[in-house]
Amino acid sequence: MSDMREFVTFRLNQEYYGINIQNVENIEKVLPITRIPYTLNYVKGVINLRGIIVPVVDLRARFGLEKRTTTDESRIIIVNLEDNKIGMLVDSSSEVLQISEDDIDAAPNVRREFNNEFIKNIGKKNGRIIMLIDLHKVLNIEHVE
Amino acid sequence: MHMDMSQYLEIFIDESKEHLQTMNEILLILEGDVDNLSHLGEIFRIAHTIKGMSGTMGFTKVADLTHKMENVLDLVRNGNLKVDSTIVDILFECFDALEEYIDNLEKTGKEGDLDSSELVKKLTIIAENKGTAGTTSKKSEAKKTIKEESPKAEKVEAGDVDFHIQLNDIDSIINKAVELGVKSYLIKVTVDAGCMLKAARAFIVFNTLERFGEILKSYPLAEEIEDERFDESFEILYFSKLDEHYIQTELMRISEIASVYVRTLNESEMAIEEKKEDVEIDLNHIESKETDVKAKEESQSKGDKGKTSKTVRVEIGRLDNLMNLVSELIIIKTRLEDLDTTNHRSNDQGSKNNMNEAIEYLERITTSLHDAVMKVRMVPVERTFNRFPRLVRDLSKELGKNIRLFMSGEETEVDRTVIDEIGDPLIHLIRNSLDHGIESPADRMKAGKDETGFVALRAYPDGNTVVIEVEDDGKGINPEIIKRKAVEKKIVSKEEADLMSDKDLINLLFRAGFSTVDKVTDLSGRGVGLDVVKSKIEAINGTVEVVSILGQGSKFIIRLPLTLAIIQALMVNLNEEKFAIPLNNIKEITTIETSKITMVQDQEVVLYRNKTLPIIRMKDVLEIEYAPETLDELIVVIVKKGDVEAGLVVDSLIGQQEIVIKSLGKYLTGIKAIAGATILGNGSVALIVDPNQLF
Repeated sequence: MSDMREFVTFRLNQEYYGINIQNVENIEKVLPITRIPYTLNYVKGVINLRGIIVPVVDLRARFGLEKRTTTDESRIIIVNLEDNKIGMLVDSSSEVLQISEDDIDAAPNVRREFNNEFIKNIGKKNGRIIMLIDLHKVLNIEHVE
Repeated sequence: MHMDMSQYLEIFIDESKEHLQTMNEILLILEGDVDNLSHLGEIFRIAHTIKGMSGTMGFTKVADLTHKMENVLDLVRNGNLKVDSTIVDILFECFDALEEYIDNLEKTGKEGDLDSSELVKKLTIIAENKGTAGTTSKKSEAKKTIKEESPKAEKVEAGDVDFHIQLNDIDSIINKAVELGVKSYLIKVTVDAGCMLKAARAFIVFNTLERFGEILKSYPLAEEIEDERFDESFEILYFSKLDEHYIQTELMRISEIASVYVRTLNESEMAIEEKKEDVEIDLNHIESKETDVKAKEESQSKGDKGKTSKTVRVEIGRLDNLMNLVSELIIIKTRLEDLDTTNHRSNDQGSKNNMNEAIEYLERITTSLHDAVMKVRMVPVERTFNRFPRLVRDLSKELGKNIRLFMSGEETEVDRTVIDEIGDPLIHLIRNSLDHGIESPADRMKAGKDETGFVALRAYPDGNTVVIEVEDDGKGINPEIIKRKAVEKKIVSKEEADLMSDKDLINLLFRAGFSTVDKVTDLSGRGVGLDVVKSKIEAINGTVEVVSILGQGSKFIIRLPLTLAIIQALMVNLNEEKFAIPLNNIKEITTIETSKITMVQDQEVVLYRNKTLPIIRMKDVLEIEYAPETLDELIVVIVKKGDVEAGLVVDSLIGQQEIVIKSLGKYLTGIKAIAGATILGNGSVALIVDPNQLF
């Protein structure tokens, strides 16, 4: 039996994605987002997360998917990466999956729908394919020692 | 009563810094007045205190260095050694080393790798060479005088001291001690009358004792001591293998301890008397005994990652005030609750009035509370200013210029965060004045000035801001040279430069990539220019400007906000978005007829009060899309920066409000025109506009 790794999964369009659970702080319903000028197109704005101002990245915009208004299902996943607290706006997010190391493969270089570099690995669970994203690349944050 | 040492690290660092600052000041005085022994006494006292504190904390390098300093200073104090520039220089080097150790301790919790053995060697050589030169009799005499002068030398025969600790069964205690092969002691420790942190001192006493034995009992109880519930002294029943003189000496090394009485329980009064004689033991002897204890402690503390947090020392009166306000807040809360229940019963005018009254009261309290909290955060600028005499001394030596530094207003208070940020810009400005401003003595003579240059550092409060000025009587800034350089470096075009006033030209100094001196000296030209100074000051919502008279000198004027966290702001609407404009930037609010706006060089301007006022469309600045305005009148918020003004066009005004400034975090840094964000009453976020970045 090989090691299990845990991922928080979320959905964009009909695709499933996963983030290493160690980077996830919590998952919030969509809060009012204040736009910030002079930012990249995928920075949606900032939210008030219990008194802390947290920037929110629109993953649809980041992944080059068409715009869509938020729904009741939409969620903001709060991640912590290199001491940055950042929210990621996704279509929905509900479960935490355990995926065995054996079921995690390198990302195949076939998908052309969007920039492939954001996907680090592909995970399989119950016949479902989960794209495991590279948070550093998605959020454009450099690795810190 | 085992506590974590790291909680006292902060106190240690704070105090060491204070002591070092004093040492620095005195060293500077000493340099100009080498024969005045009272200064030396003070330095000796500081070295001694730091030695004691660091010894207790287990910082051997600091303790060792200060110990050697003490030795040399001792010789000087007693006239066996004459102070000359070499010794002052070495003392300065020691000071630097100590400062670095303390810095390292603050950052990492460890002393760091700095090797001061060279320095220790130098000190030892001085001490040995000169020390042996003195006659033996003189030496012992000298030793005696220290003992007399030392504030800690107060010793009273233990037999005279009354102990409060209840010992119902002394015999059984003594027997138990004998069983364990240890001695039992009654110890009475008295702290200095002016001691601010009695509990901390007591803790260090307990900690020191616990290293060498076991504490059985204390009076008052340990918890009470921890809560500072004792007057000036406390008593301890203690088991240890060590002898009482050692215990006494160890405890006396702790700072702010006025006296220590140790009574051995199983020995007669006579024996105590006898032993008193050899309390005057050789310090070196103890030191060597102690090393392995320290080594052990060091290895223990290695695991700790003792980074310290920022602390502020607060006057107790300010905290009391804060406490009072909080209790008032609780009262008003109860009152509001009462109102709520009465409201259910009747809905008449009376209860409405009561409600308004309560809200007014609440408003008053929150304002006072804000004020009080701000005061707690305030520290005098002295903390930053203190290092400048030394800086000026070193730099003027290096540059071969005679420069006198004049400081005033050191007691002016600013927010703690401002203090931390303002240091580097000030150093830069002072270096600048010394390096580029003040001329060489020869040039000054030629210009008919006094050979000694003059640099003034002033701080004073001005309304809601604090002003810090750096002024020199050097050669001033030549606008023509700046113009030529700016054009050369393509910072502005020739045409633009020709149109600029002298004042505007001088302000070009703050643009990135500007440095007027061709030759890169060691001091300046490190790639940091005045633009960095400007951005640092602006980052804390301050402003910097310069006035200069050619041939007579220049003055840099820094304006800082008194407080950072909470400000008054004007809330405005732009489309459906809300923004805050800090009130201290706003000069007035007016309406302007659209027809009066004219275009000058691609910039909308209007003649207002006989001055041309540039008009800035906030929707353009903040990337808000909008259809061309068809209004006859625009609402304009006139903001000022120094004496430059601009009119900001907004959709509508919401009103004045107190807002709490929040950072956007490091993921979104350096966003143009935005100073931060604030959370509104309804929980949504509004951005704070930084008018200083708009024009």
